[in-house]
Amino acid sequence: MRRVAPAAARPPSGRTASRSAPAASVRELDRLLHERIRLGIASALAASETLTFNELKALLGTTDGNLSVHARRLERAGYVSCQKSFRGRLPRTEYRLTAAGRRAFERYLDHLEAVLRHARRRR
Amino acid sequence: MSPLPAPRELGARALDNLRYIRETMERSSTFTAVPGLGGMAMGATALLAALVSSRAETNAAWLRIWLADAAVAAAIGAWALHRKASRAGISLLGAPARRFLLALAAPLASGALLTAALVRAGQWHLLAPVWLLLYGSAAVAGGVLSVRAVPLMGAGFLLLGTAALLSSPSRGTAYLAGGFGGLEIVFGAWIWRRHGG
Repeated sequence: MRRVAPAAARPPSGRTASRSAPAASVRELDRLLHERIRLGIASALAASETLTFNELKALLGTTDGNLSVHARRLERAGYVSCQKSFRGRLPRTEYRLTAAGRRAFERYLDHLEAVLRHARRRR
Repeated sequence: MSPLPAPRELGARALDNLRYIRETMERSSTFTAVPGLGGMAMGATALLAALVSSRAETNAAWLRIWLADAAVAAAIGAWALHRKASRAGISLLGAPARRFLLALAAPLASGALLTAALVRAGQWHLLAPVWLLLYGSAAVAGGVLSVRAVPLMGAGFLLLGTAALLSSPSRGTAYLAGGFGGLEIVFGAWIWRRHGG
């Protein structure tokens, strides 16, 4: 399987995106976060320090398979960390946002704001 | 490569994504499974307790009635909370629920301790204001992590508790009826209408 390049390693473009063309903003949008489930995982973990697999599944209204695929992609990119343990006999998977993940999430928010500002100016 | 969307379309998508982020963050950090109907039922038992306890002949009998009501209301609250949370797929062991319950627990535990201390000291007239003030504190603290109706109800309890503290001790039961009965029913109905269950 192709390894996803950590988007966190890309040069941060944050506030500067407001001055760039929309085409550039779209290209600069973190593709890893620009997907509903992955964006949902990052948003949920940005507000709640840790969440279990089942909590995320209920919160995002998705399936086991879907969540696990997207969570693994974020994990491989270094955006989330995952800790597996047992509570009694039941396996428990707990996710949290890493520092790189939080930075990428904040950058993504900056980009969305920049796109919005640009769209409003063009109206 | 597909052509890039128009700025207006891009803006609409960005706005939609921002809304989704906000909603997800809110749902992830707040505990929304507070029961509305359960709150109304708790209020109804308190009105009954107020009616019965107003005829109590001794302080000890009055206290027993209210302690019995506290036990019944706690059981109703716990059952309704569990029912609403499991229907919504919310874990009561999850981080938002744990934080909410912890915030409630500290003022309620202090209330239990103070009740024992006040009874031992024979300060019966302080029981009603202390219960109202500490239940209000619990609702305000837990409400920070929950829907808006909860801290507002807490503020109502704090006001009633303050009024009970300043007024004649003989009105204690009436203030309890107003808080644990009236406020619980009003805010329970609000939660039921706005947030279900």
